[in-house]
Amino acid sequence: MSTILVFLAGLAVIITWWMAQQRLSSKPWLEANGIHDIPVLTRSAVATEKIGLGVFLAIVGALFTLFISAYFMRMGLQDWWAIPLPRILWLNTGMLVIGSAALHWAKMEVVRNNGNALKLALVTALAATTGFLIGQLFAWKELVTAGYVIADNPANSFFYLITGMHGLHILGGLFVLSRTTSRVWEGAALAKVRLSTELCTIYWHFMLVVWLVLFALFAGWANDFVAICRQVLN
Amino acid sequence: MANIPAGIDDTVPLAEVADVELYHPKSWWTTYVFSQDAKVIAIQYSLTAISIGFVALVLSWLMRIQLAFPGALSFIDAEHYYQFITMHGMIMVIYLLTALFLGGFGNYLIPLMLGARDMVFPYANMLSYWLYLLAVLVLVAGFFVPGGPTGAGWTLYPPQSILSGTPGGKDWGIILMLTSLILFIIGFTMGGLNYVVTVLQGRTRGMTLMRMPLTIWGIFTATVMALLAFPALFVASVMMLFDRVLGTSFFMPTIVEMGEHLKNGGGSPILFQHLFWFFGHPEVYIVALPAFGIVSDLISTHARKNIFGYRMMVWAIVGIGALSFVVWAHHMYVSGMNPKFGFFFATTTLIIAVPTAIKVYNWVLTLWRGDIHLTLPMLFALGFMVTFVNGGLTGLFLGNVVVDVPLAKTLFVVAHFHMVMGVAPIMVVFGAICHWYPKVTGRMLDETLGRVHFFVTFVGAYAIFFPMHYLGLLGVPRRYSELGDTAFIPPSVQALNEFITIMALIVGAAQILFLFNLAWSLRRGKEAGGNPWRATTLEWQTPQTPPAHGNWGKELPVVYRWAYDYSVPGAAQDFIPQNQPNGDRISREPAS
Amino acid sequence: MAVVVILIVIAVGSVLFHLLSPWWWTPIASNWDYIDNTIIITFWITGVVFVAVVLFIAFCVYRFRHNPGKRAAYEPENRVLEFWLATVTAIGVAAMLAPGLFVWNQFITVPNDATEVEVVGQQWLWSFRLPGKDGRLGTAETSDVSSDNPLGINKKDPASLDDIIIQGGELHLPVGKPVKMLLRSLDVVHDFYVPEFRAKMDMIPGSVSYYWFIPTRTGTFEVLCAELCGVGHPQMRGTVVVDTEADYQTWLQQQQTFSQMVASAGEIQAAK
Repeated sequence: MSTILVFLAGLAVIITWWMAQQRLSSKPWLEANGIHDIPVLTRSAVATEKIGLGVFLAIVGALFTLFISAYFMRMGLQDWWAIPLPRILWLNTGMLVIGSAALHWAKMEVVRNNGNALKLALVTALAATTGFLIGQLFAWKELVTAGYVIADNPANSFFYLITGMHGLHILGGLFVLSRTTSRVWEGAALAKVRLSTELCTIYWHFMLVVWLVLFALFAGWANDFVAICRQVLN
Repeated sequence: MANIPAGIDDTVPLAEVADVELYHPKSWWTTYVFSQDAKVIAIQYSLTAISIGFVALVLSWLMRIQLAFPGALSFIDAEHYYQFITMHGMIMVIYLLTALFLGGFGNYLIPLMLGARDMVFPYANMLSYWLYLLAVLVLVAGFFVPGGPTGAGWTLYPPQSILSGTPGGKDWGIILMLTSLILFIIGFTMGGLNYVVTVLQGRTRGMTLMRMPLTIWGIFTATVMALLAFPALFVASVMMLFDRVLGTSFFMPTIVEMGEHLKNGGGSPILFQHLFWFFGHPEVYIVALPAFGIVSDLISTHARKNIFGYRMMVWAIVGIGALSFVVWAHHMYVSGMNPKFGFFFATTTLIIAVPTAIKVYNWVLTLWRGDIHLTLPMLFALGFMVTFVNGGLTGLFLGNVVVDVPLAKTLFVVAHFHMVMGVAPIMVVFGAICHWYPKVTGRMLDETLGRVHFFVTFVGAYAIFFPMHYLGLLGVPRRYSELGDTAFIPPSVQALNEFITIMALIVGAAQILFLFNLAWSLRRGKEAGGNPWRATTLEWQTPQTPPAHGNWGKELPVVYRWAYDYSVPGAAQDFIPQNQPNGDRISREPAS
Repeated sequence: MAVVVILIVIAVGSVLFHLLSPWWWTPIASNWDYIDNTIIITFWITGVVFVAVVLFIAFCVYRFRHNPGKRAAYEPENRVLEFWLATVTAIGVAAMLAPGLFVWNQFITVPNDATEVEVVGQQWLWSFRLPGKDGRLGTAETSDVSSDNPLGINKKDPASLDDIIIQGGELHLPVGKPVKMLLRSLDVVHDFYVPEFRAKMDMIPGSVSYYWFIPTRTGTFEVLCAELCGVGHPQMRGTVVVDTEADYQTWLQQQQTFSQMVASAGEIQAAK
């Protein structure tokens, strides 16, 4: 469970940093405003949707970190044989990177108010990400064909479970992205799709980072990293 | 109800949400059923939670009858008993208390107390309720499938929860339970995002964090915790569903069940327990913190005195919330985990007692030199204090690792958590319903019925659970459908069991009285007016009662002071609403 | 004012119930009276706090109840008072925690001369295994369980041959000698629980947990399962008899060893 505790400690730092700006040690009973002093506006200038997405990503982060925690704890038991990684995963990773990069490009184009480039970028992102999902299915098929079925070994079970969970999150993102894209296609004003483009971009970057961590986990690099951490701690 | 004196309107930029952003219902269906108005969603959440909670209450009667008069109801065999115990526990903890405090009170109070028109993501808020309802229906479906609901205990410990020795283990019961939990968590996440982001972004002009009522602090902190803790239950549920349906071995070790070797092997039942309690302990505070917050406001309002030590109260809520993530394994002292962990978790657990005790002192000190009106909310607040102090103190037994060894898994544990997590929060639920019922319906609850209900519930519940501790001390184990002939259990235990059961039935009957009061007062109750308790917080300053769609009139209220200006020296009245500027001595009765 | 009376009745009544109730812990039969002492300390501290808080609430409600024309005092906070309350609470908590951790350390530190005794739980039956003359238990695996080897003992381990197997019968222990209970389960989580010994611990399938104690008086004690293990949970009973050394040796001689058990099972097989 130490992985999730490290994650939560990270969140705690962010929350503490935020709270430190909220004057939590002030004495509110001494600070009533009169008629003529205008009370402060309390909301942040950042778009509410972005804050919502940030909170949501913290939850998604906790979810995957918990899967990883469970993975590490289960891995310590005797019956674990690592699963061979299908090579197509490298291609899939590339696809997801392209999807993320395309959205980043889309975000810049929407600021520049360049509709045609925006369309191209969004479609590229959709296509690349769909490609990632199809590639993941191929990876599953390859493993099943090679005899690595889900119930045989916990490493297999975790691989299907966690990649499946990641795929579902990507699928949810695709749903939102396709809605944004169709709105652009229908000729919505770019100012109106700017926010949703930015939200998609943040989400894609985040899911890319999650995938890279998971990839490292399945490839065994994460284990080496954890081993180093343990040595440092001891 | 103008908040800004005439003449300076143009100098004060209003904290206004443009009207286009607010969702407007277009038909009866979108007004009352598929509504995106947080107030309607709150009532939907509350009614659903109370209905399913009543099912769980009936289950507890059946269990108590079986314990006191074994065999009196011939249909209760061991199998049914374990199904009842499981459903009772799961419903009460998650589908009643969590849903009611956050989905019910959270939805109603957050926008109103913060001076917002609605939650920030109303559509997700609506989906949250419908997923919750679906989760409840899936849960209840367990009663109607072959094999019945799961009887694994609310902790659902594998391997037994998915083996044939447990009711529903190899049937549909456990699958429905896990599915329902997963749906609940997805639904809750949608609602929870709303509660958190509304507190962050929906506060009106002037509503700084330190001006928020403690109710909001409690609900806010609890929601943040729930959003981070529920994923652990989600992960555990999904993994167990895989073990049950797909034959994986996340939690399933090598097992010989009734002489048969199972296919599973190598898994770790302890891993499930860690995940479960990583959720399960914060869950205790997810229920407790909103109760802490609400009761602070009830005490302050009805004692006509500011809450004592507001800053300390806020810090304690935040501190308890943070600490509660590093105490989970105190549920596992005798689980066979590495015993060295006991030192760490006992220490963190007992440290949490300090901020909790400070909260108790501050509630009590708020009464000191107050002007205590013994209204229904105040009575329930007193009931909460007594039961919470009692349950909190017995927690010091169970949290102190070595003391837990003889007491774990006995009725002492059952008595402890029912007192601290059952009776105490339910006292706050009743107090809160009595307090805000006039705002929700425009009418007062009947005082006499309410008092009868309070005294029976409070005294009865105490008489149920206080003696039960001593059965646990004697060593009577929990989760026994019948004690049978056990050498160390004297016959007097049976007598006490009968007493407890009779009390439980009486307290149960009193709840019917309460439901009757809710329904009766809806039409026949005394007209409440806009602010019957003469309270300071914003929800009592709405232009209409019950608040109309959008909560506020044309302009949002502006907040000039903290939430606890009661009995301020020199003020004309013994309360000053939060939206009244300083130096403005004209007391303004809010329109009703 | 009824509520004031009720609050006082609750405070006084709880204390009276504590003092007069016939329900109290079973007479102890192990060395863990340390645990009982820690509970007593905890009772004192928590009892004083409970009575003080409830009576204080009752007093406040009585003294500061609403009267027409009355107004509450205005006191946002009092740092000095809060500081002292927090400090006193911290001291009280430490006074419970310190002995608790001290005893826990003893609880998990098994003395070197403790005899190992294995308890095996399965739905819904207790079995026991004692080391033979070599003083050691052989290894065992759940995967080795078969009809003639119900506890899954490793036949190839020379240490296991003279192990004494008690299936579904009584476990005897000699008085005054430390025992380390090794807890193993074949199917689900069980919990070996004898109230008079005060100690208990879950048995987790797939791993071996333990606790230790010294039986301090002879007698017959009932074993219960303390962790929900399916519909037969309340019926999962067993018996532990604590004997004098002489009685214990007599009993021990009459028990079957693992090799005898395998041999007799073989004879039955051969006879078929």
